[in-house]
Amino acid sequence: MTDASQNAGPMLAADGTPLKQSLARSLRRQKLRALLLVAPLLLFVLFSFIVPIASMLFRSVENSIVQETLPLTVEALQSWDENSGELPDEAVYDAFVRDMVVAVDNKTHTRLGSRLNYEETGMSSMFRRSGRKMGKLDPETDGPFKAQVIEIHEGWGDPKTWAVIKTHSPAVTNGYFLNAVDMRRTPEGAQSQPEDKQILIKLFGRTLFMSLVITASCILLAYPVSYLLATLPMRVSNMLMILVLLPFWTSLLVRTSAWKVMLQQQGVINETLVWLGLVADDARLVIINNQIGTIIAMTHILLPFMILPMYSVMQTIPPSYTRAAKSMGATNWTTFWRIYFPQSIPGIGAGSILVFILAIGYYITPEIVGGTKGVFISNRIAYHISSSLNWGLAAALGTILLGVVLLLYWVYDKIVGIDNVKLG
Amino acid sequence: MTDIDTDAAFVEFQRVQKSYDGENLVVKDLNLAMPKGEFLTMLGPSGSGKTTCLMMLAGFETATHGEILLDGKPINNIPPHKRGIGMVFQNYALFPHMTVAENLSFPLEVRKLDKSTREEKVKRALDMVQMGAFGNRRPAQLSGGQQQRIALARALVFEPELVLMDEPLGALDKQLREHMQFEITRLAHELGITTVYVTHDQTEALTMSDRVAVFDDGRIQQLAPPDQLYEEPENSFVAQFIGENNTLEGVVKSIDGDTCVVQLDDGSEIDAVPINVHNAGERTKVSIRPERVEFNKDRLHADAHTLKATVKEFIYMGDVFRFRMSVAGNDEFIVKTRNAPDAIRLQPGQEIEIGWLAQDCRALDA
Repeated sequence: MTDASQNAGPMLAADGTPLKQSLARSLRRQKLRALLLVAPLLLFVLFSFIVPIASMLFRSVENSIVQETLPLTVEALQSWDENSGELPDEAVYDAFVRDMVVAVDNKTHTRLGSRLNYEETGMSSMFRRSGRKMGKLDPETDGPFKAQVIEIHEGWGDPKTWAVIKTHSPAVTNGYFLNAVDMRRTPEGAQSQPEDKQILIKLFGRTLFMSLVITASCILLAYPVSYLLATLPMRVSNMLMILVLLPFWTSLLVRTSAWKVMLQQQGVINETLVWLGLVADDARLVIINNQIGTIIAMTHILLPFMILPMYSVMQTIPPSYTRAAKSMGATNWTTFWRIYFPQSIPGIGAGSILVFILAIGYYITPEIVGGTKGVFISNRIAYHISSSLNWGLAAALGTILLGVVLLLYWVYDKIVGIDNVKLG
Repeated sequence: MTDIDTDAAFVEFQRVQKSYDGENLVVKDLNLAMPKGEFLTMLGPSGSGKTTCLMMLAGFETATHGEILLDGKPINNIPPHKRGIGMVFQNYALFPHMTVAENLSFPLEVRKLDKSTREEKVKRALDMVQMGAFGNRRPAQLSGGQQQRIALARALVFEPELVLMDEPLGALDKQLREHMQFEITRLAHELGITTVYVTHDQTEALTMSDRVAVFDDGRIQQLAPPDQLYEEPENSFVAQFIGENNTLEGVVKSIDGDTCVVQLDDGSEIDAVPINVHNAGERTKVSIRPERVEFNKDRLHADAHTLKATVKEFIYMGDVFRFRMSVAGNDEFIVKTRNAPDAIRLQPGQEIEIGWLAQDCRALDA
């Protein structure tokens, strides 16, 4: 018995300090060491991943440009009723000219124009065209402005224009999110887009549906291969594994382009089928620039992500289980279905979640082989990032995509259980 | 060696051969006949072909040549699931995604027994291995010994007449292993099951079996009850493999009926029983058990040959004394004596004379 345990007080370490304290001290060094080891990666991820993504996501609600460019106008519009159908009074036009003079000076009016153009087509050119003339006005001496401004561009004489400005004046907006789900922010509240503009919901649906189809076809193709790999002797299975991994070492672009060569109407598959007489020359299969093309190419490209987790799970299923089942009188099928398959589910789970999440955000392959009918939501995001420059909408779409993935992950956890996912 | 009338044999191997690669035989010309109810152990070092034999009997490997008969019927072409043989695996092979009761119920389900019969049989099997309260547990929640019991119960629940066990106790600690050895033999005899047991642990083989088949190099080296195997090994492999053994090498000088004189390599001579030496001049390995070596001259025959020995080491083991000696050029010669009140404690460096009864010393193949 040591002194410490005989005393009623706290346990003491050999040197007389309280045991808890000395334990904490010895662990502190370990924790510090662990922290230092992960610090470089942590910082890298923080600055190259988390911060940019967070700022990008913030763009989906950020809308300070209206307030910043037209501060006086926004204030003056507060007292105007956008549902009255009448033009705002002189005070608004006066404030607008004062704001525009500053904006034209800073050349920010065109940016505001393109921002409002997302909401109402024509706003961009209105701002651009009015800019020069309005910049020459002197707010102090040239008033009153209402007639002059409408003279410069008749658009300023339309109450709708002012309604758009007022509706989109708050610094934080749900406008981009409404746009992302085929709705828009109007003075009367959120409303559906006109039908010819409703494409995003459909695109989301198509992305989800096609990702599911791709995941399912990956499961069907990968399961037998993984089973074979897991049951063959090590030397042979390593050889075959190289074949599975080979696509990983080839550029994604090359592989996708190869599919283009294979699938097009004058391509390898069609030519072969025609040559064999299976398909008439004037009825060649359309298997590219549509959903089929995207599904075929993406299944091929994502297949290794299904095979690898399946293989590593199946490898851990000892052959003695199937032998035991057979020795107890189970047929091959019963053995597979009752014994082997349930134990391989974690591999299917891991592979599916990997493939599905990769598929739902895939970009290059649908872009190349998808045509217009086979593109994904990510292609739309890319379009808004690089062509229409509507970053707010792109960010809103991205946020929704992220939310959908997280939601599905949660559902998956509820149904399958994330503990059932094993990568090896 | 007890000869079995092959007509009455329940399990029979007839000239069975097995090769995996077409170049080497893993099992060479195996002949074996087991009567119903026997507990037979296949014992041998790893790679000796014993597990392959078991797998051929279970149907997971096919014999390259020869015939395996079960109850008089050839089973070479019967798939494993139709053989009705119970099997216990080394790692138990309990299905991790099923409860204990579901594991036991599985062989009954595939036999399409109705629910109440299944439940009753599962309960009886669990009670048999004293695991009645564990039906709802998962295998992962059980200790090694408990898993072993469940595996045993699962192999017996569908009442097979033949049960195969592939090193079932390998993963247990020593105490539990000894307990389970007793349990398994008790159950096997109570239920009257024919059992083929594979192990590389010779103690297990000796304590559990009716007969032991010692495997080496794809052949049965000796098939005999445990006592016969230990006391009368038929060749030097069996002598070496079973129990502790001293080997002295030499040449047969003369054979006279059931005794012979062997001249050891250092020139000294000893008496031995010729087992598989037939002519004077043959090289031989002489085998003698450590506990049959005597250094108390009063207990030896007056005309017995003796050898000079130098004590190298004295090892106190509690119930026995163990001496390492240098005898006829062999520095690893072991002598054991019981720790009796009159036991002599030899000291290292002491020079003594040792001898033995001629029938304990067996001249085997070189």
